[in-house]
Amino acid sequence: MPARIDIEFTLNGVRTRASVPPAMSTLAMLREVLGLTGTKYACGEGECGACTILVDGRSVNSCLMFAAECDGREILTIEGLAATERGERLVRAFTDAGAVQCGFCTPGLVMQASALLAADPQPSEAEIRRAIEGNLCRCTGYRKIIDAIVAASSGPDPALAAAGEGQ
Amino acid sequence: MSAVERFAAPRSLEEALEILRAGEVTVLAGGTDLMPQSHSGKLPLARVLMSVRRVPELQGIAETEGTIRIGAATTIRELRASSLVRGRLPILWQACDRFASDQVRNAATIGGNVCNASPAGDTLVPLLVLDAQVVLVSKPDGAMQVRRLPIAEFFLGPGRTRRRPGELLAAIEVPAPPAGFVSEFYKFGTRPALDISAISIGFGAVRERGVLRAVRVALGAVAPTPIRAARAEAALEGAAPDEQALAAATAAALEAIHPIADVRASDWYRRELVRNMLPRVVRRACED
Repeated sequence: MPARIDIEFTLNGVRTRASVPPAMSTLAMLREVLGLTGTKYACGEGECGACTILVDGRSVNSCLMFAAECDGREILTIEGLAATERGERLVRAFTDAGAVQCGFCTPGLVMQASALLAADPQPSEAEIRRAIEGNLCRCTGYRKIIDAIVAASSGPDPALAAAGEGQ
Repeated sequence: MSAVERFAAPRSLEEALEILRAGEVTVLAGGTDLMPQSHSGKLPLARVLMSVRRVPELQGIAETEGTIRIGAATTIRELRASSLVRGRLPILWQACDRFASDQVRNAATIGGNVCNASPAGDTLVPLLVLDAQVVLVSKPDGAMQVRRLPIAEFFLGPGRTRRRPGELLAAIEVPAPPAGFVSEFYKFGTRPALDISAISIGFGAVRERGVLRAVRVALGAVAPTPIRAARAEAALEGAAPDEQALAAATAAALEAIHPIADVRASDWYRRELVRNMLPRVVRRACED
């Protein structure tokens, strides 16, 4: 009988129990054990950010985190974020800005953007660029992704941003 | 298939050392290197996987009596956010600022970076410049033993250190730099984020009436371990950072390195980077 570890944690606000193999990643647990497939598997080495989740409010690559380390922690995935006010605002901003092409990087980028906005509601464009350094978009839509994050932040004023659009 | 039979999450240093003494343990900190290394088979996991992130003795950054102690489980994010690190150890702060990505910085620890002993490990070059010591603790026969080693002696080769199987890296101790200390860290990769350095350079010295004292030159990704370039340091010791001294230091640094060619850069390119960048790094450190 292969070893398993029983863990208990908060997943998207709900107390959750899971029994996982010791070397399993959090990403594999989310997708394969708990059936939450919004978090994407792409590189599996922390290079691309598609698997970004929040652990105790901080963004991490779930592919690099052992599932056993979730014990006692607060985990937020794209499914949980989508049900929050900030999540809804980000989804709307990504849609409006056309920041989604193939969509595979989107959940990770939305999670990372959410972590940024939680820490700094009005980041500059330079700060946004630095914050998403760990997220790759292979459709190369970074411009629109940055626009979306700016739009989802509480500033600059939407009316001013609309006025500057034609430039 | 994983051979791990048990996941241990000790909550004290004593408990962690007991588990370690029993043997066949892989120490897990942030996991950002351990996970890909174990999945690729490069580093098979032992029977017991022990997470040290809940061990309070491995946490915290504090300065006491001229020594800055950094707990081994301190994350790169915590180092980057620390005003003590930014103010007192700016060269370490620079390396943490350019470390991987936000997601990796939130998980990765300084102890993990040191114990992985990658020739390109980002924090290792600043720690060499700062004359850091590693604090290794063990409990071989019921009593806690502490062993301190200069970090320059800790690395044996890629992924290999002087840490013994029963030992845990508890902390990094850095002597507080003296007044007049200047330093600079430089890393070159093909993109600013998430790139493993093709090379990295660290420089530190005390500026005294225009000349350099206690010069430190450390280089990453140009030898099997990060190295100090002693003869480059000697070429700058007591000198002003002028053309002649910098040329001598660069020539000495090029003698000290043995770069390899790999996916990140050719050996020739790594030499050219050191040749071109070392003088600039020294000059930048000495800018007022």
